[in-house]
Amino acid sequence: MNFVNQVLQWFLNGAHWTGDGGIPHRTFEHLVMSGASVLTAALIALPVGIAIGHVGKFGNLAINISNIGRAIPSFALLVLAAQVFGIAAASQVVGFGAVPAFVALVALAIPPMVTNSYIGMREVDADVREAARGMGMRERAVLLRVELPIALPFIMAGIRTSAVNVVATATLAAVVAWGGLGRFIVDGFGLQDYPMLFAGAIMVAVLSLIVEFSLAGAQRLTTPAGLRPSKSVRKEERIGTALETAAA
Amino acid sequence: MLATGVVGAVEDPWIRWSWISGHVDVITAALVQHIQLTLIAVVVGLVIAVPLGLVSWRSRVFRGPIFSLTGILYTIPSLALFSALVPFTGFTILTSEIGLVSYTLLILIRNIVVGLNSVPDEVREAARGMGYRPLAELVRIDLPLATPAIFAGVRIATVTTIGLVTVTALIGEGGLGSLIYDGLLRDFRTPLVVGTVLSVALAFVADFSLAGAQRLITPWSRARATA
Repeated sequence: MNFVNQVLQWFLNGAHWTGDGGIPHRTFEHLVMSGASVLTAALIALPVGIAIGHVGKFGNLAINISNIGRAIPSFALLVLAAQVFGIAAASQVVGFGAVPAFVALVALAIPPMVTNSYIGMREVDADVREAARGMGMRERAVLLRVELPIALPFIMAGIRTSAVNVVATATLAAVVAWGGLGRFIVDGFGLQDYPMLFAGAIMVAVLSLIVEFSLAGAQRLTTPAGLRPSKSVRKEERIGTALETAAA
Repeated sequence: MLATGVVGAVEDPWIRWSWISGHVDVITAALVQHIQLTLIAVVVGLVIAVPLGLVSWRSRVFRGPIFSLTGILYTIPSLALFSALVPFTGFTILTSEIGLVSYTLLILIRNIVVGLNSVPDEVREAARGMGYRPLAELVRIDLPLATPAIFAGVRIATVTTIGLVTVTALIGEGGLGSLIYDGLLRDFRTPLVVGTVLSVALAFVADFSLAGAQRLITPWSRARATA
């Protein structure tokens, strides 16, 4: 009970809500870094996945990139990026690790988006594609008006997987001298300040869950009305999808 | 680069073979610990996941809460989960394992349910017609037919766990992660590279051996691609 109280006191301390090291600024950093990484990764990964899916070649590559991505520990990726893009352990300037963190997070976010957008494009029934062509649609229209809408829920699933991974791994980036909410955890360890550590863990967990649930909602909204299964079927389907994500 | 200019020394090479040859025992110990931490997590994960998977498969009432709870555990970032446990369980292997096991549950349970759901009704009907009791049907018909999906889950869980073990270096023991963390703290690239390469290699070896084992156990599914 005492510990819970200490954590509560930590949250209620006004000093933790102001300045560059305060909760609002750290949350802002976390969200900006995650958003920028996911967006950059999407700009790279989605065209590749969609193109591979549309053409129907290099499918193994699109599938295997996720398996390879899963085998590379995100922690190692961060530390390696820190070495390549230069932070010395000597540099205690927080924020200096932004470039390596960004590079590592982009690299981490690409594979699930490539794989899922590829799978989404392959999910398009060949008959549907034929029917579209039979109706006189040009290649461009087939892609934009038939294939992409059908593939969209899968593309969104990839974005969601990547985004949740990125938000989680951005926490780890505090270890390589970047800011974000992970700072509270890493500094909590450093100072043996367990209430701060625990408060940091709670904030990170809540942020991840918010991102997960809002993107799950977005995924549902992007499913074309005609493709939305009835409620009972949907539940089965949600369980039925193969688990392709990796915890970070 | 700019930051290393402070030291003014020659840039640290990615690999110093002399360090490796002088630290074979340290590297081996880290690798062995990494394998141990992974094995414990996956085995304990399976012990918990099999009954929960069976319950979720049979009962819609329990399926929702089980999937939601394990899904939430899965979404919580590893550093947050590990560090939230530290005030209670300390810098121990128990802390690491609670976290690692938590992450295997969703993967394993989901694949167990998918596998069991994929058993065709006709097969089940036939088994019942041949006089199988529910338990015998489960053990001798349902579970064997669900093996490919369950194995796929074990593979994903194992590879994911191997990656996550590196993070546990931050809360004490961490197998190869301790080499990576050591490299970060001392700004010394060799242990970082060794830890990363061995961790990736371990993930691939584990994945391929499990895939091989699966092919031996379920020869009938040889042609089918895994999920």
